[in-house]
Amino acid sequence: MTAGAAGPMPPPGGGAALEVLEPGPLTTVQDLGRPGLAELGVPRSGAADRGALRLANRLVGNPDGAAALEVTLGGLLVRATTAVTVAVTGADCPLLRDGRPVPRNAVVELAAGSTLGLGLATAGLRGYLAVRGGLAVPPVLGSCSTDTLAGLGPPPVRPGDRLPVGRAPQGWPVVDHAPVPDPEPGPVALRVVPGPRHDRVPGAAELLAASWRVGSDADRVGLRLERVHGQAPGTPPSGSSGWSSGTVGSWPSEALVPGSLQVPPAGHPVLFLAGAPTTGGYPVVAVLVDADLDRAGQLRPGQPVTFRPVPPPF
Amino acid sequence: MRLLPAGDRAVLVDLADGAGPAFFLALAADRPPGVEDVVPAESSVLVRYDPGVLAPAELARRLRAVGERMASPPVEARGDVPGDVPSNVVEIPVVYAGADLDEVGRLTGLGADGVVAAHTGTPWRVAFIGFAPGFGYLVGGDPRLQVPRRDVSRTRVPAGSVGIGGRYSGVYPRESPGGWQLLGRTPLAVWDAERDPPALLRPGATVRFVAVQGR
Repeated sequence: MTAGAAGPMPPPGGGAALEVLEPGPLTTVQDLGRPGLAELGVPRSGAADRGALRLANRLVGNPDGAAALEVTLGGLLVRATTAVTVAVTGADCPLLRDGRPVPRNAVVELAAGSTLGLGLATAGLRGYLAVRGGLAVPPVLGSCSTDTLAGLGPPPVRPGDRLPVGRAPQGWPVVDHAPVPDPEPGPVALRVVPGPRHDRVPGAAELLAASWRVGSDADRVGLRLERVHGQAPGTPPSGSSGWSSGTVGSWPSEALVPGSLQVPPAGHPVLFLAGAPTTGGYPVVAVLVDADLDRAGQLRPGQPVTFRPVPPPF
Repeated sequence: MRLLPAGDRAVLVDLADGAGPAFFLALAADRPPGVEDVVPAESSVLVRYDPGVLAPAELARRLRAVGERMASPPVEARGDVPGDVPSNVVEIPVVYAGADLDEVGRLTGLGADGVVAAHTGTPWRVAFIGFAPGFGYLVGGDPRLQVPRRDVSRTRVPAGSVGIGGRYSGVYPRESPGGWQLLGRTPLAVWDAERDPPALLRPGATVRFVAVQGR
């Protein structure tokens, strides 16, 4: 049974909804994505920081993978149509209920008509707003996640959107506050397994040992890395902050996973995040260990990044 | 065959030229628990797995066993793919009035009618899917149709467009940018996220294009 083109189904939570007053620069519905369909060209998608999504859901007593809002940079303002329970995790941003500060990483009650606003994040890039009962938007291929690359799931939220809230689960949250470390504001070292194509890219080892910073046009699909040149004597001056790998000829498309560090023949290496496509046309020299993908999902433009190679699993 | 780790939860199986689709089919017939994705490309297959369920060394052993069972080298399509082959043949009706049909007729020397005859006269095979959901890269068609991609990509290719480029043919599932030479258009929805199955073309399927009347 689907909603079809006629409009949204009546929300199962009895009319409970979050009304979007201001969407911020980019706010999308995310859950844990639609894994297992990559052979059909369907990206996994889902929250760029899965740990933060899971925590927000646990705080409000939802299943880990309930649909929530991924708020990029901040700026979201919503109003509760009925009393709801929410939690905001992830990026460090001011959180205001009816204009008054409330804590992140904690259970927050909103009365009917109350507003919740996220200010601009000062550390990390993506906040997660979970509501008890989850967001009851129609799933596509088993997930409510927005995938702008593949054109699946709901569009980014807009002013006036009414996001239906699902029926609350049985049982109450067993914790009301979770002490968690904030996203890192300074230089971040990401653990990578070299390969699969590091032996096909000249200078791959030097690339992994270099200093980088996140470029300005980072998004859920990935971020471009700009080279930060050291002051070592003898370092040749360069007009480009990119990378020239010297690979010649075309490279056949092959499958890749989120966390892949891809190197085009000229220009900037790309670190793919949760919204990565299923295949790519340039060689991948290293892949983040899965545990560091969430950290990569919180990197801000301009943030310094280095890579720490670790041994492969076999 | 080489097993190349892609992070700590995936392996890229590096194969001989063109052997990706056959390995994909062989692995699909014997997929170990803990494997979450098997994604073919032309000469490689990516396997994403949960190391909590399937130890990396055990996965490596299973993948090498599949490689050893594949006795034959890869063969071009025309139906004789080794291993378990899905028997479904997908017919795709096409109105052959694409923007590049005449140009392809000139590039190949076949003329527009000859291009249509060549495109429909030989079955194609879905080698792998990439670029967009449901976008199957088709191989094995008439070798006279191997033309370069367009010099200048189009920013908008209509949904259902049927194109060729290099050794491939394909159907654009939705409107998107595209650089292939457009021969025509099909009314079929090769991709529908609300349908079961959502993708009309799956790796290993055989495809026949059929010319139909229309605008």
